[in-house]
Order: sequence, then C-alpha cells, then structure tokens
Amino acid sequence: MRAAILIPLFPLAGWVVNGLLGDRWGRRAVAWVACGTVVAAFAVSLAVLARLLALPPGARSAAVVLYEWIGTGSVRAPLGLLVDPLSVALALVVSGVGALIHIYSVGYMAGDEHIARYFAYLNLFMASMLWLVLAGNLVAMFIGWEGVGLCSYLLIAFWFTRPPAAAAGVKAFLVTRLGDVGFLLGIFLAFAVFGTTDFTAMARAAGSRLPLGGPAATALALLLFLGATGKSAQLPLYVWLPDAMEGPTPVSALIHAATMVTAGVYMIVRMHAVYLRAPLALDVVAIVGAATAIFAAAAALAEPDLKRVLAYSTISQLGYMFLGVGVGAWSDGIFHLTSHAFFKALLFLAAGAVMHALGGETDMRRMGGLAGRLPATAGAFAVGALALAGIWPFAGFFSKEAILSDAFRAGRVWLWAVALAAAGLTALYIARAFALVFVLPPGEGSAGPAGCREGDAPRAAGHRGLAPGAEVADPPPVMRWPMGALALLTLLGGALGWSAARPGVLARWLGPLLAPGALRSSEGTHGSEAALAAAGLAVAVAGIVLVWLVYVRRALRVRSQAVQTVLAHRFYVEDFYAAAVVAPVRAVARWAGGFDRAVIDGAVVGLARAIGGGGAVLRRLQSGYLRHYAALALVGVLALLAYWMWR
Amino acid sequence: MTWADLSLIAPELALAAAACAALLQDAWATGPALESRSRGPAAAWIALGGVCAALLLLGVRPAGAAQVGFAGMYVRDGITRVVDLAALAAAGLGVMLSPPYLERFRLPAGEYHALLLLSTAGAMLMGASRNLVLLFLGLEMLSFPLYVLAALARRSRRSQEAGLKYLLLGAFATAFFVYGVALVYGASGTADLSRLGRAPDVPLLHAGVAFLVIGLGFEAALVPFHAWAPDVYEGAPMPATAFMSVIAKVGAFAGLLRLFPQALPQLAPAWGQMLAAIAVATMILGNLAALAQSNVKRLLAYSGVAHAGYILIGIASGGPAGSSAVLYYLLVYVAMNLGAFGVLLLLERRGEEADRVEDLAGLLGRAPWAAVVLAACMVSLAGLPPTAGFIAKLYLFRAALQDHRVALALVGALTSVVSVYYYLRVASVALSAGAADAVAVRHSRFAGVGLALAAAGVLWLGIVPGAITALVQQAVQALR
Repeated sequence: MRAAILIPLFPLAGWVVNGLLGDRWGRRAVAWVACGTVVAAFAVSLAVLARLLALPPGARSAAVVLYEWIGTGSVRAPLGLLVDPLSVALALVVSGVGALIHIYSVGYMAGDEHIARYFAYLNLFMASMLWLVLAGNLVAMFIGWEGVGLCSYLLIAFWFTRPPAAAAGVKAFLVTRLGDVGFLLGIFLAFAVFGTTDFTAMARAAGSRLPLGGPAATALALLLFLGATGKSAQLPLYVWLPDAMEGPTPVSALIHAATMVTAGVYMIVRMHAVYLRAPLALDVVAIVGAATAIFAAAAALAEPDLKRVLAYSTISQLGYMFLGVGVGAWSDGIFHLTSHAFFKALLFLAAGAVMHALGGETDMRRMGGLAGRLPATAGAFAVGALALAGIWPFAGFFSKEAILSDAFRAGRVWLWAVALAAAGLTALYIARAFALVFVLPPGEGSAGPAGCREGDAPRAAGHRGLAPGAEVADPPPVMRWPMGALALLTLLGGALGWSAARPGVLARWLGPLLAPGALRSSEGTHGSEAALAAAGLAVAVAGIVLVWLVYVRRALRVRSQAVQTVLAHRFYVEDFYAAAVVAPVRAVARWAGGFDRAVIDGAVVGLARAIGGGGAVLRRLQSGYLRHYAALALVGVLALLAYWMWR
Repeated sequence: MTWADLSLIAPELALAAAACAALLQDAWATGPALESRSRGPAAAWIALGGVCAALLLLGVRPAGAAQVGFAGMYVRDGITRVVDLAALAAAGLGVMLSPPYLERFRLPAGEYHALLLLSTAGAMLMGASRNLVLLFLGLEMLSFPLYVLAALARRSRRSQEAGLKYLLLGAFATAFFVYGVALVYGASGTADLSRLGRAPDVPLLHAGVAFLVIGLGFEAALVPFHAWAPDVYEGAPMPATAFMSVIAKVGAFAGLLRLFPQALPQLAPAWGQMLAAIAVATMILGNLAALAQSNVKRLLAYSGVAHAGYILIGIASGGPAGSSAVLYYLLVYVAMNLGAFGVLLLLERRGEEADRVEDLAGLLGRAPWAAVVLAACMVSLAGLPPTAGFIAKLYLFRAALQDHRVALALVGALTSVVSVYYYLRVASVALSAGAADAVAVRHSRFAGVGLALAAAGVLWLGIVPGAITALVQQAVQALR
C-alpha cells in the first residue's frame, strides 16, 4: 500500500521538472513529461485498486503514515494517506479524467507560448487534488484543499494580461477562502472534540463523542459544509465559478467540472460519520443542494455564453450531489460525481473544440449550424448533452435517477419535486445550447424566446465568431481521442451504479466503508423505482421536445409558409410556453442574476471596498508627524492605565 | 562576577568581540580617509564568524537545568536557548543578505555589522532576563544600535528622518518602561522577576505593569504604539529594515514572555484580557492597513504589525501552550520575513531601492530561484500550508482555543484570510511574466546562500517541524 504515495508524487515531480526546466525544453518534451506523470499516477492507482481487490471486503483500508507532521501534546496530525475503497475510487476518477484532459491540452494549448508554465500548474493541480483525496486526516486534506485552490487561481488567471481573467482569478480565490475559514475552524473544532482529525479514528469515535443532534456535531458539520460550499460553488458562494470560465477550457473541464469542485462532496462523504450525528446539518446540505440545483439550472437557461452555460450546469449538478449526500445516499453522491466527471468533462472538451475551431468564440449567438462542419465535435457534445439531460442509457440517467429516487424514498418529497423540475430545466438549457451551436443556422439563436437579447450585446470583434466562408474543422486527433474516450465512459459509466439488483458495483465497492444513511425505507419496490425513473425520463424528454418545438420547428416555419393551420397551433404552444414557462423562468433567472449582482457581488465587493476604505482611513492616520504618533501612543498609555485602575 | 558568570554569557561575549573586531578592521582599512572605503566582505566575514562562534558556544552547552548567574539577574534556560537561536538566525541571515546592497549603496560595512551584532546581543540579553533592570539594559542595547542603523545612509534625508523618528519615539516609550520598573519596584520591593509572583496585589503594581507593556509594545510595534514602524521601515536602508523587523520582535516578545506568563501568573486574568484586546486591535489594523500599500517595505511594515498581533495571541493565552507557540513563531518569523526582504535586497531600480510592488514583475524570468523563494515566504507569511507559517499559526490559534479565547482565534483566522490577498498579490506579480525594465537584479553568492537557508527554514519548519516543536516544548516545561 505504501506505493499509494507515488500517486500524488508523480505529478508533483512533473511540476518540479516542468517548472524548472520546461522553458529550456521543447514543447514536445514538456507535454510528454506532463502527460506521462499523470498517466503514471493512473497506473499506480490501478495497481493499488488491484491490491485492494485481493483483500477481503472488510479489510480494504490501510493507513500509510509518512511521518508525524504535527505532534505536540494533544495536537496530533501525522502526514499520512488513507487507502480505502473511497479514496482509490476518487484517485482513479481524478487521475483518469485528468490524464485525458492533459492529452487534450497538448492540442488545445499548442499555440500558446507559455505551455511549460501551463503544464507545470496543471501537474501541481493534479498532485494537490490526488493528495486531497488520499489524505488520511483533515489537516493533511487541508494541504490539498489549499493547494487546489491556489492552482485554480493560477490557472484561471493564466492569461493574466486579460483583465477579466486576472479579476476572475482573484474573485475565485477570495470567495473560496471565505469557505476555507469555515473549513479551518472545523478542523480546530474536530481537534477539540476528537483530539485527532484522523478519518478512521473520527469515524470510530463519532458515535461516542458526538451526541446525536448535539451542538458540537451540528457546528462541526456546518463549518465543514461552509468550506464545501465555497470549494464546490454552492449557494451562496457559487459566484466565482461562472467567472472562472476565463481560464483555458481544459482547465475548466478538469478543475471546474470534473475534480476540484467535487472536493466538497467527497469531503462530506469522507466525514459522513459526523454528518450522521447531525441530522439538522444533513437537512441543510440537502436543501442547499436542491436549491442550488434549480437556481443554477434557471440561470443557465438565459446565458448566451456557451462556457458559462456549462459553468451554471456544473453548479446545478453539484447541487444534485449535495442533495444526494444530504439525504444520506453517500455512494449515489459519489456515483453522480463520477458520471458527472465523465460527461461534463466531455461537454467542456467539446465546447473547447468548438472554440478552437472558431478562434476562441464563446458566444452562442455567433455560432450555429456547426453540426455539418464539426461532425465529431457535435457527436461528442450530443453524447454529453444527452447524459446531462438524463436520457437512457447514458451515465447521467442512472446517477441522476439514483439521487432523485433516494430523495423520494428518504421522504423528502418536496426536494424530490424541486430536483425533478431542475432536471426538466437541465434538459431545456442543454438542448437549447446544442440547438444554438450545432443545429440552427447562424444568427437564428438570438431570436429564440429563451435567448438573451438584452444586456449582452454581441461582441464587436469581427475576426472572432463564425465568418460565412471561414475554414472550420474538427480538432486534431490529439484532442479528438480524449473526447472519444470520455464519450465511451459516458456511454458505459452507468454500469458503475446500476444493475438488475441494486446496490450497483460502486455501492458494493464502497459499502463496507459507509454507514447506511438516513434513507427511511432502504429498499423501494421495483415498481416504484421504475415509476420514478420514468418520471425523470419523461421530464427530460419533455424538455428536449420543448426546445425542438420552440427553436427548431419555428425555424422550419420561416422556410415553409405552406401549412398555416398547423402554424397557428404552433403559435399557441409558443405563446403558452412564453407566458407560462419562459416568463417565470426568465424572471427567476433575471432575479438570480440580479441577486448575484446586487447581493452577492455587492457583499463581496462591498466587503472589499469597506476593507480598502478602512485601509485608506488608516493611511490618513499615518500622517508622518511625530507629534501625532506620540499622541496616539499617549492615548494607548491612558487606555492601559484606565484599564488597570478600573477593571 | 565570576568565571562561571562569564561562561554563561559566552555567546553574547562572542558577538561583542566580533563587533569590536569589525569596527577595528574598518578603521584599519580606512586609514585617515573621511569615508569608509572598506566595502569588501571582510566585515561580513568577521560578523559571520562571530555569529557562528556564538552558535557553537550555544550548542556545546548541555540543555540541562536552568543556570542562573550575575547575582540572579541572568538566567540561561530553555527559553534563553530558543530566543538566542532566533536572534542568531536573524543576525546570520542579516549579515549574509546585505553585502550586495551595502556595496552598491556605499554604506559603511564595519559600522553596519558592528551595530547589527550589538543589537543581537541586546535581544539575547532580554531573553535571558531574570530581573527588570537587565530587561531594561537589554532593551536599550537592542534599540540603540537600531536607531543608528535606521539613520545609516547619511546622505539620504529619508534615512535621517527615520532614525530621528525612531530615536524620539523610542525614547518616549523607554521613559515609560523605566517608570514602570520604578513603580513595580515600589510596589513589590524587588525587581527580581522570579519574586514578582509573590508581590502584593496593589494598584501601584498594576500601574507599573501597564507602563512596562508600553516599552515592550513599542519595540514589538503593537497598536497603538506601532505608528513609527511604517515610516521607519520605509525610510531606513533596506538591510537595516530587514534586520530590525525581526530582531526587535524577537527581543520584545522574549521580554513579554519573561514578564507575563513567567513572572506574573497570578495576574493572568487581568493581563490576559488586556493583551488579548491589544492583539485584536493590532491584527485588524495591521492587516487592513497592509491591504492599501503599494510599497513593499511599507507593506511588510504593516505585515510586521499584524504578525506582532498574532504572536501576542500566544502571550495572552499564556501557559506552556501559548509560550511554546510564541517561541516557535519567532523562529518561523525570522526565516520568512528575512527571506522576503532578502529577495528585495537583490533588486535595484535606477540606483534606488526597488521597493514598489510592480518592480517585482517578471522576476521569475530573470531570477527564478529568487522568485520562488519570495513566493514561498509570502505563502508562509499568509499562513498557508505546507509552509512554516501555517504550522506556527496553527499552534497559536490552538493555544488560544485551549485558553478559551475563541474570539482571539476567530479574529486571527479571519484576518489571516484578509492577509492572503496582499501577500499573494506580491507573489503573483513576482511569478508573472512581463518585466520592469528599469529594475536590475544583482547576483551574489553570499546572498544566495542566505536566501537558500531562509527558504529551507520556511519549508523545513513547515514540513518536518517535529524537532523544533520538541525543542520549544522542552523550553517551556518549567512553566506550569
């Protein structure tokens, strides 16, 4: 098991080598080092998996202590790894998807002159993320937690000469740091309660040290969840993620879709023993998750920027994961994390291929009709979109249905209904994006009812976007192969969690580790299961059909004026849709956008301004005159004397 | 005074001897000329020899029971040992990092090194005080050379201004300190710190304690006695700024450690509350003011104020946990702050100090190692893992929680979040591409070794802190 330490060490070595020597080497060597180390990490993860499989299910947990990192009196935190089914599963997902995205990056960043810096940061990110999932205690996890945050900041601001990129990097860092305060305080509280932050020890002692529903358990669970909301972009700390799309697209795929943002979900599953002692905190997690799921899906519906649609979609899907773990469905949360990593990375890579072909354009209103010219990209995007929408037999169908049925069976019918509505919105926005980018003729999109006409004027830059006669082609093989692999995983990933008799493979694999959650009736009948799945599927299909009616058929109407009677009927549908669906949704979306701008941005900016203003006042206090300084000291003297005399 | 007494202060004596040797060498090399011409590294080598000798003398002494000398005024125990280590580390790094700067800006090397060593000896005396009179002596021996160092650039009006400001405000604060010594003596009939614990609880004693805080708080740059720090840091020549930013903290906090947790445990609730309030004000003011700075020297000055607030958390929490956290933080602070200043010392903008944040742009391209050291030190100052600053803050906050001072830990955690912004701004500018053309980077083997040592300290204390935490815990065992 000690070999597990190699998993984060390989990318770390890649960072050191590329960071120090990358500028002197050729691009090819840099790419080989960067991809090779991540593939090596994946191979080691596979080897560790094989080793674990050889053990009996009850004994598949090993602590690898490197050395006593912090060891004073009552504070103990060895620097160590915990190799168990959960951490190995996550390590496989992270290093596997990470390797594919590294390979894709070779093609995507081929024209960038700072490719060595890019791959060095990316490798450092992989090392931090793998360390995060393999860490054996909260303090060690915190190292990875901060490390991924730092790399995210560096990579969002990778094109730091563009002011929005630099600002987005700072915003991401500051907002997630707000959450990290909670995480840090949670660590201190865990020390105070358990005397250790070792995951195994805490899980063992949670029952005796934490009274059920007591203040200690609730406070600890909520503090850690605050950290998770920052890292995983949940309400109200989600604001940084859409802006984070200023980074290169493979970075968005790797960090802001597949891996880092799911760290919060992983952390809660890791700490599930504590959460089981705090039912109130679990309810908060579930409610925040469901609220975020529908809120972000509504926001995605009115977004004209392709990458930002995917960003809101990520926020929404992370909400599903939190809903899953919030109702105690630990392994289904991890299942959705995994399948989401597959299909969302695929969607981002396909979006990246579109941008690659269009010279960096991300505005969907300037795209259109690309299916014929980018067939491979369109196919990949379609697979990802169908999975995201929850269409059988793609991975997203199984994992989303699992969470929906968990919420239903846990008795949280309201949350189930919200999540089901969000699933409909999901199908709607992703089908809209697909139609705008690949199906409709260029320029049609802006006329659609759910399109975004106001506010966001089309960019003036003429050289970007779709020029009528421009040469547009599918990406080179080095970018196409990773997309193909992810499409295959998206197609087959459902097998991880679904089998004729639940629990599925993943649940059985994680089973010995995870205490059963708060699911009230652990076994639903097959009938109700099928009904729930059918409901989910119906909502998804309805969403897609709606988009087809509204966008595609209306486009048909423009060309074929013949069938007037049907058109009238179509207008009815359209009007109904506009009045009953689009208007409220857009109102919600606008409210969401306004809320984002007014309250959350306002709070962040206001805080920053208040802090800056305080600094300016202090600067004025620093007059440079000795007499002022002496007077200030004298005030201090008098205050101290007064304190001692009249205390 | 016996031979035993003298052998007790052997490290201080070695520093004093090296200081004299550096001055004499300077005088001999200069001859009848008015301006010192000896800018070679001779003085630096002499000073480094003195520091190494002191370290050796410190090392050969067995770390056994406390030894007392000079009629009970001087004590050599675990705390002395760690404080000496921190002070000597500051002196050693200060000597190694400055030669390129001294050479370029034609500062008198002999005087610089002699003053630096004498100031170090003063800080060490403060750490070894068992009597208020020796504490005062150490405070003066620490601060007088610093006043001169601040004014060392004779042709720079800003340096002169800094020296004068520091001297006048220092005198102001020291007067309170002496008065405090007198009041404490009047109330208790003794200046012996080991006997203050039995002093009668009268208002006179309280007033005396309040005055003592002022003298030490000035040196440590605690709010509201911090106002000198930004001006003096900015005006003084940069090597002097770098050195005083750490040595003054080492001396002042050693004094506070000797005074409060060790000598006055019976008044702990009263001074604990007072120091906690000062710590909160210092952390908030220091960090907020640092946010608005565009000059790195001023930024680090306010950062120094903020860190004084953090260290004070440990004193306010008292007990072995708080005291050991203070000692650990002092060691860490010396390494990370001198590492950061050391990189700035290598830069030069058109014959002036390159002390603006934007002067650091493109450092990665021209001096990659220096940029990496700067980034590591900034990450450590911000208190992020895996650097030493994280562990040091962890111990401090932990001590505060153990003493049920939740508000202190909370303010500490929140203000360190604020601080991340300005530290990482410096780091990200240094790691960015682009270049400030007017800024030149000097390369010096001497300074390179110093930087490597500082960076190694920052990482070593952060990744493998075991040995040093054992040392500081052993040091405070007597406190219970």
